[in-house]
Amino acid sequence: MSEEFKVEIVNPEKSFLVKDDVSEVVVPAFEGEMGILKDHISIISFLKPGIIKILSKSGDENYYVEDGIVEFKNNNLSILTSTIFNLADMDKSKQQDLLKQAEEEANKTDINDQSKYLADQKVEVLKTLN
Amino acid sequence: MASLDDLKKRIASVKSTQKITKAMKMVAAAKLRRAQESAEKGRPYSEKMNNVILNLSNGISDKENAPKLLSGTGQEKTHLCVVMTSDRGLCGGFNSNIIKKAKIYFAKILDEGKELKIITVGSKGNDQLKRIYGDKIIENISFKESKNANYFDADKVGKMVIEKFEAAEFDVCTIFYNQFKNVITQIPQAQQIIPLNNEGEESSSEESYEFEPDEDEILSNLLPKNISTQIFKAMLENSASEQGSRMSAMDNATRNAGEMVDKLTIEYNRSRQAAITKELIEIISGAESL
Repeated sequence: MSEEFKVEIVNPEKSFLVKDDVSEVVVPAFEGEMGILKDHISIISFLKPGIIKILSKSGDENYYVEDGIVEFKNNNLSILTSTIFNLADMDKSKQQDLLKQAEEEANKTDINDQSKYLADQKVEVLKTLN
Repeated sequence: MASLDDLKKRIASVKSTQKITKAMKMVAAAKLRRAQESAEKGRPYSEKMNNVILNLSNGISDKENAPKLLSGTGQEKTHLCVVMTSDRGLCGGFNSNIIKKAKIYFAKILDEGKELKIITVGSKGNDQLKRIYGDKIIENISFKESKNANYFDADKVGKMVIEKFEAAEFDVCTIFYNQFKNVITQIPQAQQIIPLNNEGEESSSEESYEFEPDEDEILSNLLPKNISTQIFKAMLENSASEQGSRMSAMDNATRNAGEMVDKLTIEYNRSRQAAITKELIEIISGAESL
């Protein structure tokens, strides 16, 4: 029996990525990183800014996300997100842009704790990419 | 009867109008294909989002304390209506259909003595509504600069709606848009997005989920996103509808112009013939009298 399952990443504009030979996906869930293997229990969770790691036979892929929801059911993993970038396609300048945006957001004083936390997360993740 | 010269001029002017409408039809057809594609591509997201929310709201244990975006504020005094129209004209009944639908709804609300607030998206809707409901329009947004409907714009509208909801400026929110069925048919829709109306829909699965963190927290995070998603969906449907509507309107216009040219040409030929006959008669009778 194979140890593979299907993953689908959807953003508002289109179906971003569909892969059905995935062995493990690591998502940055709100309460910490979460690795999902085949036959994981059905789960719904949401994401904080971070890196999605997709491990599959055809090669590993890394994506940067800022928010989103994950749903896992019957060995189908759906990730809904409004901002996603393939790390392989992301160059330095794009990264700097995002970092600058995130830093601006994090330095705002009139935001609530949760948005502050998320913005800080963004900055942290983007910095580690450098 | 118009003179030959006049007829000639009119034929030329109708012909050039026809050229314009024909070109507009072509452009609309090309844009329609793109808009339709993106509307189709956008569907999985909103469907999945809906599904997750459905599963979540079924799993919620304490219905009383459910997030207000889901269950409402408990009253229905102030209605917010987001009317989504296009920024450009010449698209047949596209805008007036939405406005008509919205006006019926407005009248009903005002009849019931409730308060009405309007946000217009797209300048055409604002133009039509400000005459009668000018004092009710609180915001007017237009995305003239954006070429295609994009999520970023939708998110802006969504955030504004949520901000107003949190400031308790309204209790119920409805969006008006045209749903794209096919090129000829677009159905004006009124969709209530706050509180979320899930009645009548059953969750697709009986399966229970594990939630991390708990349902309430996920829901309160998800619902604002859902608002933006629904608005984005409406924008996509709208832009496909707009192009479809424009295409059929321009097709009609082109055909009508063609008919008119035919009619005018017949009239032109007839009067030309008549003038020739008249001249001949004059010559012949002149010769006879000699």
